[in-house]
Amino acid sequence: MSFTPLDQIRGPAPALLVANIDTDIIIRVDHLTKGRDEVAAFAFDAIRLRSDGTNDPAFPLHQPRFRGAPILITGPNFGCGSSREPAVWALAGLGIRCVIGTTFGDIFAANCAQNGVLVVALSPDDIEQLVARTAAGQPVTVDLGAQTVAASDGATWSFSIPSGTKHSLMAGLDDIELALQAIDAITQWQERDRLRRPWLWAIT
Amino acid sequence: MPGQTLFDKIWDAHVVEQLDDDWAVLHIDRHLVHDLSGPPALAELTARRIPIRHPELTFATPDHLVSSGPSRRVDPADSTSIWAGLRAAARQVGVTVFDVDGGDQGIVHVMGPELGLVLPGLTLVCSDSHTCTNGALGALALGVGSSQSAQVLAAQVLRLQRPRPMRIRLDGALGDGVTAKDVALHLIARLGTAAGTGRAVEYAGSTVGAMSMEERLTLCNLSVELGARTGIIAPDDITLAWLQGRRHAPEGAAWEQATAAWAALVSDDDAVFDVDVAFDATLIVPMITWGTSPEHAIGIDGVIPHPDDAPTPAQRDSWAAALDYMGLEPGRGMVGLPVDWVFIGSCANSRLSDLRAAAHVVAGQTIARGVTAWVVPGSERVRAQAEAEGLDRVFIAAGFEWRTPGCSMCVAANGDRVPPGARCVSTSNRNFVGRQGPNARTHLASPATAAAAAIAGALVDVRSR
Repeated sequence: MSFTPLDQIRGPAPALLVANIDTDIIIRVDHLTKGRDEVAAFAFDAIRLRSDGTNDPAFPLHQPRFRGAPILITGPNFGCGSSREPAVWALAGLGIRCVIGTTFGDIFAANCAQNGVLVVALSPDDIEQLVARTAAGQPVTVDLGAQTVAASDGATWSFSIPSGTKHSLMAGLDDIELALQAIDAITQWQERDRLRRPWLWAIT
Repeated sequence: MPGQTLFDKIWDAHVVEQLDDDWAVLHIDRHLVHDLSGPPALAELTARRIPIRHPELTFATPDHLVSSGPSRRVDPADSTSIWAGLRAAARQVGVTVFDVDGGDQGIVHVMGPELGLVLPGLTLVCSDSHTCTNGALGALALGVGSSQSAQVLAAQVLRLQRPRPMRIRLDGALGDGVTAKDVALHLIARLGTAAGTGRAVEYAGSTVGAMSMEERLTLCNLSVELGARTGIIAPDDITLAWLQGRRHAPEGAAWEQATAAWAALVSDDDAVFDVDVAFDATLIVPMITWGTSPEHAIGIDGVIPHPDDAPTPAQRDSWAAALDYMGLEPGRGMVGLPVDWVFIGSCANSRLSDLRAAAHVVAGQTIARGVTAWVVPGSERVRAQAEAEGLDRVFIAAGFEWRTPGCSMCVAANGDRVPPGARCVSTSNRNFVGRQGPNARTHLASPATAAAAAIAGALVDVRSR
C-alpha cells in the first residue's frame, strides 16, 4: 500500500525496553481478521491492561506525556515471531511512524517498510543515552534524509538504512509497483529458467 | 574466489536484477497462501486492479482459522467469509486450492512438502513466519508479510536484502528420548532468539545427516525462533528418497534431470559463513521452556534460572515478567510441575513420526485426571495414515481427543484455546504471552515429553520412563 511519505518525524518517544516483544503481543490473533484501520484500538492488549480490563496507567503509551507519540523506543528483538502485518498496522494506527531499537524481527522490519514505518537500529549504549533524554517526554527528531536521531538537548546519533528503503519511505511507495517495473527482466529470466529447470515449471 | 554456501548458490541462481547495496529482485518459484494472511494480500491486489501473474505457482489452503473440531467450521463467523472470499477468488484465477475435506488440506508447511510442492533448490514464500520449515528440503523458504505476499502475487519476485549465511554444525548421535525438537530448543537457549537475525541458517553435521526428513522439518521449523530469515539443509539421499513419488514432484526423465541439478546443492568446503558455530549433539537432553520466549528453555532436569543472573538488564526484566506470567519461581525444578493441558500438533510437530512417538508413550495408559489432551494431525494425509496405523485408537483409548488438521491451539485463532491460567505442555513453537489464549501458560516440548506429561499429569523426564 502507498503511504504518507516520510521525511522528518518529531515528537515524544515512549520506551518499551523489555526484550523480545513479539508481534503476538503487539496484536492478538483474534484481531487479524479486522481491517487495517481497525486494529490500533487493540495494540498491546496483552501488556497494557490491568486484570480487570482497564488501562494500566503505568504502561508507557498511556502516560499523558507520551500521548500521540510518533516514535517508539524498543528493547532487543522487538517484533520477533509471527509475520502478521497487522502488528505494523496497529503501530501505524497509533500514529507511530518510527521505531528505534537495537535489533528487530526481520519480517516485522520488512513489514514496517511496506507500511511507511521507519526502523532505526542503534547500539545498546545509544539507546540507553537516548532514553535518558526522552523519559520525561522531551521530543525526539528523526531526520530520514540526514539519517539522524536528535534529542532535545542536541545530542545526535547517525543511523544507516539501505538506499532503496530510504527512497521508498521518502517517496511513500511500497514494493509492489517497483516489482512490476521489473516485469520485462522477470519475463526474460523466466524464459531462460524454463529451459534451465523445466521440471520446476511442469507442475503435474 | 572463495567457495559458495548452499544459500549463496540458490540466491544467486534466482537474482533477476541486482539492486544497490546487497539488495536484489529475487525470483520466487512457489507461493503458499493460507486463510489468515492470504485474504489481505489478495485484497491489496484487487484494490489496485493488479492480476495474479502466476496462479499456477500459487497454492492455497485453510489452516489457521479452521476449527480442529469435527465440524471443520471456520470460526469466528466473520472469518468464514474471509476464507470463502479467498477460496472463490483463488479458484476464479486458477490458483490451486486444497480445501477442507478435499483430502489434501493441512497446515501449509506440512501440506506443501508432503505433496511435493517444495523441492530442493527452489525459492518459496508464504505469508507465515514458519515458512522456514520448508528449508529442510534444501529450498530457500522465506516467511513474509501480506504486502510482500501481494508483491509475489503481482510479479512473482521479491525485492530483498541478501541475508548473510550462518552455519550451525551438529555432530554426534542424539541420546535416548532426545528429538529434533529438543535440538532446536537447545540451540535457541544457547544462541538466543536474535542469533539468526538477518541470516540464513544452514544446519549441517553428522547429527543432521542422520535425521529423517520429518525431523529435519522440525529442526528448520524453529529457525525463525532463532531470529533467522530461514533455515536450510542440503538435500541428500534421505531427501530424494522422501520426495520421489510425491504428487507434484518431478517424475521420470524430469526427476533424473532435477536430481542431477540438485547434486550441486551443497556448501563448498571453502565456503565462508558470516557465523559458523558447532555443537556436540551428544550433550543435548530433553528440553522444556519455563518462560515466554523460546530462548527461555532448559533441560527437563534443570532448574529455573534467577532473573538476577540474566546477562543484560533487558533480559532480567523479561525473565522476571515471564516468571510472573508463568506463575513460577526461580530455582524450581521442572520435573513434577503439574499440567492442565497437553497439545500435540502444529507445523513443528504434527507429522506421522511425531504422532507415532507420542502414541508409543501413551499406549496402554490413561491420561491423568484433570488433564485435557489433544492430538491435532498436521494434514488430512497425516490423519489418514495415522488412522490406518491405529494411532487414533491408541490416543482415544488413553483419553486424548483426536482432532482434525489445522494450526489449532498453536495459534488459537479459531476457538481452539487453552483457558486462562491453565498450564499447557505444547509441541508447538511459541510460548509467547497469550499465544495459546489470553493468560494461557505454555511449555514447549517434544511430542514424547508432551505425551508423558499427559499421562503423569505433570512434567516428566522421558528418559526415566
